[in-house]
Amino acid sequence: MADIRNNFVGIKSPNPFWLASAPPTDKAYNVERAFKAGWGGVVWKTLGEEGPPVVNVNGPRYGAIWGADRRLLGFNNIELITDRSLQINLQEMKQVKMNWPDRAVVASIMVPCEEEAWKAILPLVEETGVDGIELNFGCPHGMSERGMGAAVGQVPEYVEMVVRWCKQYSRMPVITKLTPNVTDVRRPARAAKNGGTDAVSLINTINSITAVNLDTFSPEPSIDGRGSHGGYCGPAAKPIALHMVAEIARDPETYGLPISGIGGVTTWRDAAEFMALGAGNVQVCTAAMVYGFKIVEEMISGLSNWMDEKGHKTLDDFAGRAVRNVSDWQYLNLNYVAKAKINQDLCISCGRCHIACEDTSHQAITKEKDGKRHFEVMNDECVGCNLCVNVCPVEDCITMEALAPGMLDERTGKIVSGEYANWTTHPNNPAAKVVEPAE
Amino acid sequence: MVQGLLKDGIVAGRLAPEQYAENFSDLHPPLTHHEAIVEADRCYFCYDAPCMTACPTSIDIPLFIREIVTDNPLGAAETIFEQNILGGMCARVCPTEQLCEEACVREAAEGKPVKIGQLQRYATDVAMQKDVQFFERGAETGKQVAIVGAGPAGLACAHRLSMHGHTVTVFDARPKAGGLNEYGIASYKSTDDFAQAEVDYVTAIGGIDIQTGKALGKDFSLADLTEKYDAVFLGMGLGGVNALRAEGENAVGVDDAINFIADLRQASDLSSLPIGRRVVVIGGGMTAVDAAVQSKLLGAEQVTMVYRRGKAQMNASEFEQDLAAAKGVTIRHWLAPKRVLTTDGRVSGLELSYMALDEAGALKATGETTTIACDQIFKAIGQTLSSDGDGVELAGGKIAVDAEGRTSLAKVWAGGDCATGGDDLTVTAVAEGRDAAESINRFLSGH
Repeated sequence: MADIRNNFVGIKSPNPFWLASAPPTDKAYNVERAFKAGWGGVVWKTLGEEGPPVVNVNGPRYGAIWGADRRLLGFNNIELITDRSLQINLQEMKQVKMNWPDRAVVASIMVPCEEEAWKAILPLVEETGVDGIELNFGCPHGMSERGMGAAVGQVPEYVEMVVRWCKQYSRMPVITKLTPNVTDVRRPARAAKNGGTDAVSLINTINSITAVNLDTFSPEPSIDGRGSHGGYCGPAAKPIALHMVAEIARDPETYGLPISGIGGVTTWRDAAEFMALGAGNVQVCTAAMVYGFKIVEEMISGLSNWMDEKGHKTLDDFAGRAVRNVSDWQYLNLNYVAKAKINQDLCISCGRCHIACEDTSHQAITKEKDGKRHFEVMNDECVGCNLCVNVCPVEDCITMEALAPGMLDERTGKIVSGEYANWTTHPNNPAAKVVEPAE
Repeated sequence: MVQGLLKDGIVAGRLAPEQYAENFSDLHPPLTHHEAIVEADRCYFCYDAPCMTACPTSIDIPLFIREIVTDNPLGAAETIFEQNILGGMCARVCPTEQLCEEACVREAAEGKPVKIGQLQRYATDVAMQKDVQFFERGAETGKQVAIVGAGPAGLACAHRLSMHGHTVTVFDARPKAGGLNEYGIASYKSTDDFAQAEVDYVTAIGGIDIQTGKALGKDFSLADLTEKYDAVFLGMGLGGVNALRAEGENAVGVDDAINFIADLRQASDLSSLPIGRRVVVIGGGMTAVDAAVQSKLLGAEQVTMVYRRGKAQMNASEFEQDLAAAKGVTIRHWLAPKRVLTTDGRVSGLELSYMALDEAGALKATGETTTIACDQIFKAIGQTLSSDGDGVELAGGKIAVDAEGRTSLAKVWAGGDCATGGDDLTVTAVAEGRDAAESINRFLSGH
């Protein structure tokens, strides 16, 4: 049985599945239920400074996009940080941590970008005995208009400055949560590292409008006929999150900086992918909000079984294993040649591969043979683009088969080389470092 | 148990009154909006879709299903009606499991085709309930076309001719228009007077005058029509019923299945319809199944379908056979009627010969017989043209037509069950009527 215990910047939890700072972690009631269900840790919903709590809209806070069967694919929200008083949150956090000493409890904090504000709240949080803090530099709506959340996260200098204050005024591990609403996520990550952060977590939600009501012409979710951009998350956001995690994981300046992966984690497989790309653990929100806390049972069981099957004894055995395979395009092997292959026994003859290829790609799939409906790849036309694989409704019916070195590529008429060669040395590249033939 | 159930003979009121309504309710209740969207999402939007090829009217099925998914049911209905103006009835009565749904790639993939028929019903119901008309009558051409038979072929032909601006008069021998849609289909397939609603929907385009109670060969001759009209379309179906050629077939209690089905459709009170306690239906087609199932639903205790060949040769689709079995009908194969047994001139049983194929593949009686006791026998052994063709050339007992529906006579076209070519299906009749209208239009406009 695989050991899935997690140690993230010294914060221990029985598994790597944490609930992200969000409605599911708003109060003791929810968090206790989450721990009973088996979650390894929580990042408590973001605390603000003392004073009158923030207010939320009293209409819809959430929007979504769905598949035709109403499966939720993407989700967004315009909810703000906790709207409960700081004191109540602190009391509950303290009690919950006492009740569940083996689980991770991390406090998310967002106060104005002033040293005094951070200096004031940090001791109050530290006193509760929670395991660490997460700096909410990501919330893209509402709070950012007041100079907090993403408004801080989008300015690397602010990020570094606040992280520095937190390290200065607290002994707790600091996790800096990053916003994806930037052009290059490595910059705030580097800033956080320079400020002394123990880790980064990402991504926070993405600026979004989920839909427009075509009767009222209001964006969704609609508050009395108007809408505001909200934070997008859920399964549809995962590829964006994976990319940003990978960018930080492989950036020489932040290499080795612990990362808590967030963004559309719905199953054990998603979690394993984030961890393979360099995340030390994952945080989940949307999946829990859609299905309830019970889903963590599937995540624990699925991850353990996969690790057993692959012989990974601990999380460290596979964590970061995909990072080295993330590359700039220019270093991809241009001598690698693959062709699509259609398994005729599995093919149900829907013809989607043909029409996709015919209309939009390389005219490399037949539609008939001997007057009969028949779909087959023409190797002399196929560029190996993978579109047919992606549109085929039957799993594993179309596969990409690599041509072994020495084989003929019927499209180019050239023999496949076993040598690795990339764009930097390609003859078509004006900037290529041409190797002059020896005299 | 209701007392009427065990009464011998052919009697009415075998069931409790409320039972009739339940038994004859919609066979497939319509899909709800959510069900339709979920089902429509299963469609793969195939290239050169096999379902479309399998449809006799070539409806663009992937397109109309995609229009349903995108919450555009009116667009879906238009896509359907462009090819098949009787798409509403076809959605209810088509043997889809032998046509579009058999060809569906999800049938190949997982044995569960997209429910194309039910989706077609969903879209057409929306348009018809809102009474949205998609087609306009063409500019008047002044040409007059006579159509004999207001069934699926005649209605489809009339609608398409009106789209081209011709003026159409439709004659039908029955009191109501609709043909087999009105008289020849089991009640649970066309509830709420759908056939008449569809006649109204189709004729709403204008330029179509339906005259009921007017029969060819009785009220007018084909020569009358060819003289008075610029073109004639014959779509009167098959009015005659094949003889049993079994001893005693004139006994009281031997009836034509097609008449039984018609009476049932026209009955205002189903409890007034008499039915035998033990019923035998002779035949292996859709009409036999409709008669057998409805006998059971009217309260017959035992219903047996007998067919002279095997299961594989039955014209009734697999679905229809399963439906009959599920309703409690016993289906027996390789049995042919030999003699109707009577008591006091009334049916008391049916003697049947066991049948088999000989070495040459010909159907032969084996010499052994069996007897089924019964009070009522329905013949569903195929229908024939009720006239000798009135001067039109016949082939195999039907009006001979070419690929466009032209008969041997100038100015005369034919389609549907009365003409050669195609299966005797509603959808085939629609295709033939529509295509004949195009041919007539080319003729009338001198192309």
